[in-house]
Parts: sequence; structure tokens; C-alpha cells
Amino acid sequence: MSTLLEVSGVSVTFDGFRAINNLSIAIGEPELRAVIGPNGAGKTTFMDIVTGKTRPDTGKVLWGERSIDLLKLSESQIAKAGVGRKFQKPTVFEDQSVHDNLAMALKNKRGPFSVLIWKAAESDRARIVELAEEIGLSDRLAHRAGDLSHGQKQWLEIGMLLAQDPRLLLVDEPAAGMTPAEREHTTDLLKRAAKTRAVVVIEHDMEFIRRLECRVTVLHEGAVLAEGSLDHVTKNQQVIDVYLGR
Amino acid sequence: MSIEISRVTTAPAPRGSFLRANPSVLWFMGLLGLFTLGVTILSEGFGIGAISTNLVKILGMTLCLCLIAIAMDVVWGYCGILSLGHFAFFGLGGYAIGMWLMYARTEIVIRDSLGRGTIPPTELEVAEGVAAQIFGVVGSSELPLIWSFAGSLPFQLAMVVLVPGLLALVFGWLAFRSRVTGVYLSILTQAMTLALALYLFQNDTGLRGNNGLSGLQNIPGYQHVPQSVISMWFFWASAVALGAGYLLFAWVVSGKFGSVIRAIRDNEARVRFLGYNVEGYKLFVFTITAVISGIAGALYYPQAGIINPAEIAPIASIYLAVWVAIGGRGRLYGAVIGAASVSLLSSWLTGGGAPNIDLGLFRIVWTDWWLVFLGLGFVAVTLFFPKGMGGLFDYLVRKKP
Repeated sequence: MSTLLEVSGVSVTFDGFRAINNLSIAIGEPELRAVIGPNGAGKTTFMDIVTGKTRPDTGKVLWGERSIDLLKLSESQIAKAGVGRKFQKPTVFEDQSVHDNLAMALKNKRGPFSVLIWKAAESDRARIVELAEEIGLSDRLAHRAGDLSHGQKQWLEIGMLLAQDPRLLLVDEPAAGMTPAEREHTTDLLKRAAKTRAVVVIEHDMEFIRRLECRVTVLHEGAVLAEGSLDHVTKNQQVIDVYLGR
Repeated sequence: MSIEISRVTTAPAPRGSFLRANPSVLWFMGLLGLFTLGVTILSEGFGIGAISTNLVKILGMTLCLCLIAIAMDVVWGYCGILSLGHFAFFGLGGYAIGMWLMYARTEIVIRDSLGRGTIPPTELEVAEGVAAQIFGVVGSSELPLIWSFAGSLPFQLAMVVLVPGLLALVFGWLAFRSRVTGVYLSILTQAMTLALALYLFQNDTGLRGNNGLSGLQNIPGYQHVPQSVISMWFFWASAVALGAGYLLFAWVVSGKFGSVIRAIRDNEARVRFLGYNVEGYKLFVFTITAVISGIAGALYYPQAGIINPAEIAPIASIYLAVWVAIGGRGRLYGAVIGAASVSLLSSWLTGGGAPNIDLGLFRIVWTDWWLVFLGLGFVAVTLFFPKGMGGLFDYLVRKKP
């Protein structure tokens, strides 16, 4: 397992509030990692920094074998480099069909001119059908994404992520609003994805994390409080204090 | 039902199915062809003379307005950029072709009058004569630098495309790169068209200030051809341009490109995280629609006969947005319906064609009240028919799930 993403000494301040405080995390490839922490611990801000949405005040974010500085790239360049993100609230393009949503995410050339003359190749079509099967939306391809249920939208977004074929998947609360059966399906999907790439999952639900059976990082006040297996971190006194209050 | 859907799943649309996937394009082409044929048969120049040359010009100009309206629909209805400055590009196209029309025709007149003398005129004398003739009205006899190639039709035709295109490219690059969006971008485009209009109003800009360019209906070299025939030439050219523009934009918005720009309209941040360079797409759409607007303007003003800076005042571009909103955003034929109906209604009501209504205590004079009704209509459409007039077609064509 080699290091894919290395965040070191990153700090961000919003209007005097220190959202991220000297945070350092390294993610390997392939790896499944869960990030937990109380509200305001900086979990989502961490994803914002990696994807280029938020610029940190200090620190470094290095990517890949050649240690590319992600802070110098725009959002779209970071996405093209291989970072995919799923948002907390499912954000799919509701006005367009499930098929078109997936087609847009497919790993193809992204320039205006290449997209203008793009025609779905046989492999693209096969990939869309395959993805739809994986996310359980095979019979919904022609439907408007806006007509899907909340859980189906979550899956469509995960499907779009997989279509991008990223090396690093950042997944923010994937199981929010899902039924127990849907949760189980989502866990399987993430575990399968993590066999070939790096997956970072933010989640509140401990039961969900337990099923992921992976290394856990606990964030608190913008810094790493503990890291290790779920059993290890839940025995940590500091973690217990943070979660249960002192 | 499940059988129907699974068929769609396993066999997505085959290649070359653009027209089959967009039946409205065929309908539009058919109706445009019929309309053109009908006007030709009824015209004075080529038919039975049932409609006047003046009306042919109005219809031809309306086709040009429909062309800029579909450009506006692509930039606003599909890509979500509410540009309130596209008439600036329309006007620039008109100025570019107007310079050639005016220069070449004046040159013929000057050569004619100088040629009557005993000694043939030198080129310098001709050039000075042309400059004095064109710019006498603003108290100058020097030919401004921007008129250097005004005598060349190919050069001015290139300018029809290049000037609006380059202005849009530079303006768009600056605006989109700074991530100016929404209302702020709209205000910026208004400022652009206002600044351009004020600049052109100055006499020393070299485009005859508030006099503008005139006599554009006379085509150099075709003085002997009556207006009834020339008006039909421009009518046909406008119809061909509208048809070609419609095809081009229908193709642009139908495929994955259309999918991406509609996604940008709905959630541009999300599109960035998919790896698309949102600014590049916006710039592409802004520029290509500006170029088409310039071409529409170059066909419009020879039919109008005159262009002056008032044509690109901010209000013109606001009207353009009103047409598209009333006709229906996000569907090309909606923009055509909106532009054609509102602009024709406007010329009928303000041209004295409509009878005034006497209500006893009060008299509705259409020239005064037209704008009030347009405003009310706009509010009503926005509140009650957000899909515009084009949305009525959804009731006719039952959409599949």
C-alpha cells in the first residue's frame, strides 16, 4: 500500500474560527478509511480542502507518486487528477435522465470541443449498463433523476463517482436517509470499490462504520484525536470524553 | 411498461438519430420552408403582390430577431447565463456590414460624379470625396482608421463574425474567470452594452455618432434592382440563416454538450467536481452565441436601412430576454415563438395598425399602452406559465416517462 494522498499541517480559519487546526492525514491506495467526529470537527471542511473548494491558510496537500501539490489546481483539475466526491446532500442533475447523469460522469475527455463531437462508444454504453446494475438502477435509466427516491439518488451519485473512475473517493455521509437494506447495499458497494482504490467515508452512524471493517480516524476541533481500528479508538478515553461530553 | 424501459436500457439511441430524437427540428424546418414559400408567392418581387415590400422587410427582420432569440435561449435558457448584452453583438454585426454598404455605394456615386469631368479622378480624390460625403455630417472629412478596409466586402464580412466574437471572448474570459455569476453578471453585460452604445454615440468614434449608418437598403452594384426584389433576397437569406442557426444550436444542445451546459445551469459547482472546466464551457457558449447574434444583425440592418447607437441601448437586450421568457426558455422553438409574436405584435400596435379602443371615459392609445401590456404579459407569463408559450406544446405531445 503506497501513500496516495498526504495532508500535512493544514489549518483553515473562517472569520476567526479555526475549522481545521494543523491537520495531518495520509491515505494509502488501496485503502478504506472512515472519518468520524462530533459536529464541527472539520470533517466536511477536510473534504472541501482536498477537492479545492476551500483554500487552507497553511499546510500542504500532496497527491500521487509525483507528489503533485493539489492546492495549486482548480476544482476541475483536481477532479481530473482522480479525486471524486460525493456530497452530504445528494446532488444529481434532477432535470436529466439517470443515463445522462452517468454519461456525464464517465471517464472521457472533458474539453468543450471533444464533448461537442462525443458519441457514445460501445464501451461507454456497456459501462453505463454495468454501473446501473451495480447501483440497482437498471430499470430507471430513462427516468428523470429528480423522480428517484432519496436513497436512489444517493446511489446514483455513488454511481457517478464510480463512472469517473477516481483513484480517491471522498464520500460524505453516504447512508443518510437510507433504509437498513439500502445501507447494507451501500456498505458492500464501498467495500468493493475500496479493493482497487482509496475510499474515505465520513459517517456518524457507528453501526455503519463497524460494518465497513476499516481503519478509523477521529477528528475533533479540526485535528486528529485518534486513529486505528474501531475497537481501538472507541476504547480511547479522549474519544469517549469528546463523544459523551465531559 | 417494464419491457419498454428495458428496451431503452439495452439499446440506447443508435448513431445518426439526431433528427429522430429531435422531431421538433423537422417540424420547425418544414414550417419555416412553408412560410418562406408562402411569402415568396405573395410578394411583389416574385409573386402575386399581395403583401407589400415593406411587410416583406418586416418579416425578414423578424426572422433575424428569431435567430438572435435562439442564441439568447442557448446562453440563458440552456446554460443559465442571463446575458443582457447580446444586442451589442447584434449591433456590431450590423455596423460591420453597414460600413461596406455605405462606403461602396458612396464610392460608386463619387466616381460617377467625378467621372463627368475631363480628367479622370485619381484614387486619392475618390477616397477624399467618399470621406467628405460620409463624414460631412459629423463635420469631418478624414476617413477614420477603422474604415481602412471598408471598401472590401470579404474584409467586412469577416468583421461581422470577428468583432462580436472577439469582444465576447475577451469580455467573457474576464467575467467568467473571476467567477462572476447571476445578477452580477447580468449587470456587467448591461454595462458592456451601455458603454458600447455611449462610445458609438461620440462623433470621434468614427461611426458617425448618433447619425449612425444609413441608406443600407441600397446594395452597391445593384442600384437598378428594385427594392421589391432586394427585399426578397434578404428575406431568403434571413430564412436560411435562421434554419441553419436552428440546426446548429439544436445539434449543440442535443448531445452530451447540452447535458453539460444544462448541468452548469442547475449546479455549476457540482459540474466542477465532475472534472469539467465550467468557465471554458461558458466562454464557448457565450462566444458562439455572440457570433450568431452578429450574423443576425448583419442580415437585419440592410433590411432596416439604418443603424444607430440607440439600437444597442440596454433596453434592446432586455426585450430580448423578455421574448425568450414569454416564448419559453430551454426550448429553441419557444424562443422563436416569443420573438416572432412579441416583435410582430409590437410593430403592429406601435405602427398604428391597431385601432385604438374608446372606453368612454378613457381611450386606450396603443402606442402609449403597448409597453404596459407587454410588462403585464411578462409578469403573467412568469407567474402562471413559467414554461412560456412553448410550454403549450407539452400538452399536445404526450411525453414518455
